[in-house]
Amino acid sequence: MSSLAVPTSVTTSVHRDVPAVEVADLRKDFRRRDRRAGRFARRRMSALKGVTFTMARGECVAILGQNGSGKSTLVRLLSTLLIHDGGEARIFGHDAFRETRAIRRLVNRVSVEASFFKKMSASENLSYAARFYGMGPAQTRTAIPEILEKVGFPADRRNESMENLSRGMQQKVALARALLTSPVLLLLDEPTTGLDPRSKLEVQEFIKSVRVEHDATILLCTHDMAEAEALADRVGLLDRGELLFLEPVADVKRRYGVDTLEAAFFAATGRAFEEEQTEDDEIREVFG
Amino acid sequence: MTAVAATLRSELIGLGGIVERNVYLTKRYFLWDLAFMVWTIANTLTIVFIARAVHLPAAKENRLATMLLVGAVIWAFLGIIFEFVTETVAWERWEGTIEYTFMAPVSRSMHLFGMGAFAVLYGLIRATILFFVVAAFIGIHMPVANFGAAFALLAIASFSFIGIGMMTSVLPLISPEKGAQLGFVMQGMMLVVSGVYYPVSVMPHWMQAIAKISPATYALRGDRASIVDGAGLAWANVWPLLIIAIVAMPLGLAIFKRGERYAKKHGKLKRSG
Repeated sequence: MSSLAVPTSVTTSVHRDVPAVEVADLRKDFRRRDRRAGRFARRRMSALKGVTFTMARGECVAILGQNGSGKSTLVRLLSTLLIHDGGEARIFGHDAFRETRAIRRLVNRVSVEASFFKKMSASENLSYAARFYGMGPAQTRTAIPEILEKVGFPADRRNESMENLSRGMQQKVALARALLTSPVLLLLDEPTTGLDPRSKLEVQEFIKSVRVEHDATILLCTHDMAEAEALADRVGLLDRGELLFLEPVADVKRRYGVDTLEAAFFAATGRAFEEEQTEDDEIREVFG
Repeated sequence: MTAVAATLRSELIGLGGIVERNVYLTKRYFLWDLAFMVWTIANTLTIVFIARAVHLPAAKENRLATMLLVGAVIWAFLGIIFEFVTETVAWERWEGTIEYTFMAPVSRSMHLFGMGAFAVLYGLIRATILFFVVAAFIGIHMPVANFGAAFALLAIASFSFIGIGMMTSVLPLISPEKGAQLGFVMQGMMLVVSGVYYPVSVMPHWMQAIAKISPATYALRGDRASIVDGAGLAWANVWPLLIIAIVAMPLGLAIFKRGERYAKKHGKLKRSG
């Protein structure tokens, strides 16, 4: 068996006859200080307002949205890092909020920040992450070099501190960390943001190969429309916590009678996609 | 392999991972640790030299110096345990790995116990070095010391310390900005009521009552008796430590889980570095 093959514990907890992801009327609110209303005043801000969608096994779905649209909140909810305020989410039939242990075996994530112990090397960081998924030293001894080679990470830099690596290199290690545990659902939260064009292309190529080789279902949250179009089977638009549509790109363009996703965004919201990038820093800070 | 055995194996590998990670980090920050060790030795000397200043007969001065040294070493030991366990959250938040750790399929008890296990091992090594360096520097004589009993009692007390450390480690989850510092407040309060440099009997009655539920009281009392008078492992010190550990560990875990739920509800489980 290849060291990167899906562990038995994962395969046995995957219900093959159910959708990979089922999200129904999912809601999440945050309470934040409202200085305009008084020193101790708080206001409720809705990050997700009844989001509903399903994903088939092996599908790649891209959720587009501006900063603060609720993309990261959705990813955090599906990765058991947030508790919802309403609705439900199921991953391969498991309740994402009640069966968290089963969910954690099935899901892994790559976020916009690479997030590592910076003094530790790529190998040490991967080894630490793998232990939490029950992979002992005998397994990681071969699996870590193998996965790092697969993401195009140079062998002679495996033992170098993460702080000495470029953003692009760190993001490759982040991808390796996510794949090392053989997740059946991969949550990618702006994985190429801030990368140089070459690194971006390499990461995108790797995401394509993951679908083919790992039989993984991928939820890609991004504000890069070209990336969404290039990688996803269906594209959804999350705007201010509401999922406005989720369908193949051709259907989106046909529905709005436009040629580009930017134009579709304008048609769906009445605003240009770039307009809100700097509109509300607080919302961006809260919802990511 | 049965499902239970497989889960247990996976959990133990996770626990080993925490210890392994802390070994890597200790190696990387070795020079910092060395600097802190020098600071701890200097700090301990400032306390133990007090024995010289009170102008007692040589035997009494040696006894007082030993009593102060045991107090200072246990203070340092407890400081390491609290620092490691409290920083379970704070450190990961700073590095940005907190979300990856909290979404991993390892139980919170193994996660926290792994941090505690490393803290105890590391703390015992540092406490031993500190003890013998300061004793040699001051010239303390310990002809009847029972180091085995002192070491064993400290190891038993560690379980209670980890349990209480778990309770304080929740603070950075609830308050990312100042939570870690509150852990040190807890450490200071515990040692004040436990008679760190003085007998518990000199404190007001209400403080003496609190001292009864502090594990540091029994660790200090037992270790002083072993090192100064050569006493063995006394059941009178062991059973309270076992009872406190039995209560503190599940209570600490329950408090941490409640804090984790609060953090997940309010979106506080995020990086801040």
